[in-house]
Amino acid sequence: MSAERPRRGAGAVLRRIPPVLAMVLGLIGLWYLAVIPMNVQEVLTRAERAGVEVSPPSAVERRDMGNWALVVRNPGTLGESWSLDRPRLPAPHQVLTELYESTVDEELNGRRGIVRSGSLSNRGLVYHAMVTLNATFVGFLIGTGLGILLAVGIVHSRVMDMSVMPWAIVSQTIPIVALAPMIIVVLYSIGIQGLLPKAVISAYLSFFPVVVGMVKGLRAPGPMQMDLMRTYSAPKGTVFWKLRLPSSVPYLFASLKIAIAASLVGAIVGELPVQQGGLGARMLAGSYYGQTAQIWAALLMAAALAAVLVWAIGRIEARTLRRMGMAQ
Amino acid sequence: MTDTATAEVPGQARDAGAPVIEASHLDLTFQTADGPVHALRDVSLGIPKGAFVSFIGPSGCGKTTFLRCIAALEHPTGGSLTVNGMTPDEARKARAYGYVFQAAGLYPWRTIGRNVALPLEIMGYGKAEQKERIARVLELVELSGFENKYPWQLSGGMQQRASIARALAFDADILLMDEPFGALDEIVRDRLNEELMRLWARTEKTIAFVTHSIPEAVYLSTHIVVMSPRPGRITDVIESPLPKERPLDIRDTPEFIEIAHRVREGLRAGYQE
Repeated sequence: MSAERPRRGAGAVLRRIPPVLAMVLGLIGLWYLAVIPMNVQEVLTRAERAGVEVSPPSAVERRDMGNWALVVRNPGTLGESWSLDRPRLPAPHQVLTELYESTVDEELNGRRGIVRSGSLSNRGLVYHAMVTLNATFVGFLIGTGLGILLAVGIVHSRVMDMSVMPWAIVSQTIPIVALAPMIIVVLYSIGIQGLLPKAVISAYLSFFPVVVGMVKGLRAPGPMQMDLMRTYSAPKGTVFWKLRLPSSVPYLFASLKIAIAASLVGAIVGELPVQQGGLGARMLAGSYYGQTAQIWAALLMAAALAAVLVWAIGRIEARTLRRMGMAQ
Repeated sequence: MTDTATAEVPGQARDAGAPVIEASHLDLTFQTADGPVHALRDVSLGIPKGAFVSFIGPSGCGKTTFLRCIAALEHPTGGSLTVNGMTPDEARKARAYGYVFQAAGLYPWRTIGRNVALPLEIMGYGKAEQKERIARVLELVELSGFENKYPWQLSGGMQQRASIARALAFDADILLMDEPFGALDEIVRDRLNEELMRLWARTEKTIAFVTHSIPEAVYLSTHIVVMSPRPGRITDVIESPLPKERPLDIRDTPEFIEIAHRVREGLRAGYQE
């Protein structure tokens, strides 16, 4: 069976490539198209400065016109759309160039890069990604631990069952961007700063899916399973360790996939007000200085991180379930 | 192989001594939103040691409820019920019975051997004894060699046999079976019935068996308890004259057909009232 698995896996991956590729190419095409109207104002201003005739010639009139109308009236002067220095929407290749320059190029050739200085450049995306990843992991661990503890309490205590869930739900209805600065200020005032406040925000987002999934998982054993335990006169602790906990494992992993992505979002949001490194700080800096390519590069980095993290949880899930005998 | 269970039940144990399970004027009323439901009314029955008693009747007649009362999973609202001379709760703590449910209910994360070990772990048997008992009961249900398989690797019938092994593992004298073969097809069911007969002969356990199949009840039992619903009560108790040794084709003999007929009449009478 194990000899067959990689072959089957490779086949499945190969079959998936054409549709995924088509989707990606379609999105990139749309992106290139969207760049034209998004950047048309700036392109026409620059063309006018360069002495080219644009329609309408008045900058004020252009400002009040729709972007598509400007595109239609100036079809010949749009060549610069994909190569502006400070585009409103950078073209994909500009984002990729920025991504390359702030990762590989910065580390290999930069004065502060890992090759010349021996440590990751604090101007590079890799460094900022690591900062975010640290907060993500700590937040994920706190959130998962808290979520599991709450779920155990909810399942075993009627009082907690009635009282905790409504608060957990309310906690998730408050916009995290509103709450994050407050958490940071409050923690700072009691002397906690650096990684931990970000991790707390991260945990705030990630505990919720774990609570919901674990409560469902711990309650997964049916009445028959519970009756069987009763016929053995099994104490509550035994029922928990031997029945409830193993039953909850598939539910836990489904929750962990959501929780790790939420942790990443929490860490990034926690970095916005602090500006001490991290992808969130990078995004905000990009928006301060009109470096949209930098924002998009940081976004792509965050998306790639999220994909890798969710994939990693998926691998651990598959391994665990196979080892438990619950998957083939 | 001589096991400890048989050692405690010397020889032909079907003597006229005190019944292992004795119910007298048992009542159980559930309070529901639509008013009280009389699941059991005035049920009196003695189950002698070593007997194979089947409970048969339409759904709602209280046959499963009665079994659950014996197992202390339900608590009667009136009358008295003793198991091995104790209350059902005490009997459960004294490991008096093994319970087999309609579904095998094996843990998918445990191998067959570990599933059988579950009650042994909970009851605190040592590792060596667990191993010895697992091997013994798996042999009893003819599943030797499947110890390290996971439940999904076994057919439904084999899974149910494993769940019977799990109920036998800790040497309870009484086996309570709640429609254990109800979800299986006819052919598998015949085979398991035959095996259950052999198992019963070897271990001489007292078995209480809930079913809704007349042939199954007649084939397996020394006593057939016919029940009827609303309120759940016993309408007839038939002592089977069939010999203890029962090949499957005994079901074509006139004696067998006669008992089956009487069971059917009993069931019909319950409906007409």
